[in-house]
Amino acid sequence: MQSVLEMITKQLLIHNGRQLGTLLGLVLVISVFAFLSPYFLTLSNLVNITQQTSINAIMAVGMTFVIITAGIDLSVGSIMAFSGIILADSIQNGIAEPIAIIIGLSVGTICGLSNGILISYGKLPPFIATLGMMSVARGAALLYSQGRPISGFTEEFRFLATGQIIGIPTSVWIMISLYVIAYILLNKTVLGRYTYAIGGNETAANLSGINTKLFKTIVYGISGLLSASAAVILTARLNSAQPIAGIMYELDAIAAVVIGGTSLLGGEGKISGTLIGALIMGVLRNGLNLMGVSSFIQQIVIGLVIILAVLIDMSLKKRRN
Amino acid sequence: MEENTVLIMSRIRKEFQGVIALSDVNFVLKKGEIHVLLGENGAGKSTLVKILSGAYQMTNGEIFLFNKQVYIKSPGQAQELGIGIIYQELNLIPYLTAAENIFLGREITNKFGIIDKKGAIESSKKILKELGSEINCDIPVINFGIAQQQMIEVAKALSLDAKILIMDEPTSALSDTEVKQLFKMIRDLKQRGVSVIYISHRLDELFEIGDRVTVLRDGVVVGTKDISETTKTELIKMMVNRELTEHFPKRNVLIGEEILRVENLSKKNGITNINFTLKRSEVLGIAGLLGSGRTELARAIFGIDKYDSGNIYLRRKLQKIKSPKDAINQRIGFITEDRKSQGLVLILSVKENISLTNLTSISGFGFINSKEEKKEAEEFINRLKIKTSTLDQKVIYLSGGNQQKVVLAKWLSKKADIFIFDEPTRGIDVAGKVEIYNLINQLAEEGVGIIMISSELPEILGMSDRIIVMNNKKIAVEIPIKSASQELIMKYAIGA
Repeated sequence: MQSVLEMITKQLLIHNGRQLGTLLGLVLVISVFAFLSPYFLTLSNLVNITQQTSINAIMAVGMTFVIITAGIDLSVGSIMAFSGIILADSIQNGIAEPIAIIIGLSVGTICGLSNGILISYGKLPPFIATLGMMSVARGAALLYSQGRPISGFTEEFRFLATGQIIGIPTSVWIMISLYVIAYILLNKTVLGRYTYAIGGNETAANLSGINTKLFKTIVYGISGLLSASAAVILTARLNSAQPIAGIMYELDAIAAVVIGGTSLLGGEGKISGTLIGALIMGVLRNGLNLMGVSSFIQQIVIGLVIILAVLIDMSLKKRRN
Repeated sequence: MEENTVLIMSRIRKEFQGVIALSDVNFVLKKGEIHVLLGENGAGKSTLVKILSGAYQMTNGEIFLFNKQVYIKSPGQAQELGIGIIYQELNLIPYLTAAENIFLGREITNKFGIIDKKGAIESSKKILKELGSEINCDIPVINFGIAQQQMIEVAKALSLDAKILIMDEPTSALSDTEVKQLFKMIRDLKQRGVSVIYISHRLDELFEIGDRVTVLRDGVVVGTKDISETTKTELIKMMVNRELTEHFPKRNVLIGEEILRVENLSKKNGITNINFTLKRSEVLGIAGLLGSGRTELARAIFGIDKYDSGNIYLRRKLQKIKSPKDAINQRIGFITEDRKSQGLVLILSVKENISLTNLTSISGFGFINSKEEKKEAEEFINRLKIKTSTLDQKVIYLSGGNQQKVVLAKWLSKKADIFIFDEPTRGIDVAGKVEIYNLINQLAEEGVGIIMISSELPEILGMSDRIIVMNNKKIAVEIPIKSASQELIMKYAIGA
């Protein structure tokens, strides 16, 4: 009996060792703050954390796909701002809200697909293509809105962020559904398998008859779509779409993915890790805020956590090999 | 030691993870001689000179330079000892000038640490002039052709006061006139007392430029001869004359109908006017030296590099193959030369690699049928006897032979019936090789048509029904297996 248990534990560690490590990190961070602040573990604060995390967590879903293909997407923050502006403007111009949401999501997807086309067919390095898009989408958001935020929405629309279903904020429900969908896509579908194969060895994938260019384009399209989804929630939460929203969000998304154990070299990574990574960042921000730590120091702490996570990851990998 | 002996390499042994690359090699270089190293691909020529140039460390042996024992631990140290090497792939930095390249790593500076550009250009010009070249030392080397770049490499070696110059296949990318220039320069160097170790497998060249020749085969020195006292026939015999001890299982099968026909296939800088047919149950061996166009031919048929002209007929029907996907849909399988970089996704599992070519047909609405996937992987693991702990083992942890079987399974799962093997047993141990040979035979018996590209002559002779020898991007000859011999193949491969 004991040996069976040992075997199961061993298998769990082999296949999910990295995830368990990250989870342990999350538990550790939560314990520290629970000890330091009596308010931290209250239900309302925990709900608060997940709500605050949802935007970054959603963008990190797309980023996980991209990074598994050994790519990078620097344009997610700008795409979010641009899709948000288009969405808000459409609503203000009297377009029905569901249609306006579809328009907003389409804009984000098109931006993402453009990244993918430039990378796959234009053979640009992902860093350059998405760096360009980061600037183009930001400029487009500012131009379209004349640099002004677009504010004031109906209660129905705002429900997407501020509403609650059985005590849990709608945005958190949306985040959870997106993670479930992403999990299924990555683990159960052809698209997911090709994503891992392209990141693991693009040449071999291509020689196996996979249309690597098409699938890479789709992956960047997914990243754009998820940035636009984050835009919907952010606009609903703030009751306002801002052309300067989401600056530096790309770095938070990358950080969540990396803390979650996805290798920047591609081919490896789990979506569950990304969620834990995003939560670690959310918990850190929230906890440090509760303790009145200045936002300057918060930046330093988060930076150090990213470095630490990757250092631990690399030393674990070395030992395994 | 004789007066004019520059270098003695004595009983050199080199192992790579248990594989013996050189065994008991003795090599003597005289002052001012041009000494040719000759041998097939993988005979050990490059390994030997890399030990001399400090790129590899020998496992055993002694090196004496000018009567003194030396221990060469790094390329830098070899340079200091006066050993210069010019690799086949030149090592210049493309956007630096000739002068900057020549003095790379030991820049001439003034007392403020500022590089003396003028001084470097003057010195470079002087050295190049001695070599009979007057190229502009102040523009990036990327503007020069291969021959001139080679000249710059030689100048670099000489500026380091090289007494021994190693040249690895220097003529492989040169035109005839450039070769003449190069030979003139080599003779000049000889006059100045520099000793040259010259690696080549072009026999004609060797008789034109060489003084002595040492022939290597399978990591052993077969012999050293004065060029004036030997013949091409004798050298070819020395290169290939090994006993066929490896075990090649017999195959008893009737060759079937035509399955692949290639007509006038050409691709610029790749292959010229290739014609051949392949029949069911047939193993067509393709021999030839590196760069003869063998791999390029395979890549063209598999749609990786688009061919410029010519036709490919599959099962007697004209087909356009524009991408690997087209080739795969036509049930062609390609077992690439380098399975790690082209054949497998190393960090994915055995199961995931096997299903990669065939994923869409075991999926519905984009969802993978994992039961079907598992079943198929298990079937191939049993059928090909792939040694792996589980289906989910990452292929990176498998042995070379088992990795190769996973590649095979990939194509079998796609029901390919034309297989192109490029160096099917490279880096695989003897037992693994025999297993691969058995699988090739099994495929042939099932009616599959097989093209087998190989540098190993015993393998070509042991496995093929028919042999094509390629040389200089063309088919040099087609030989029926009955009249084939190592000497004959090598003769055509080196264009003698």
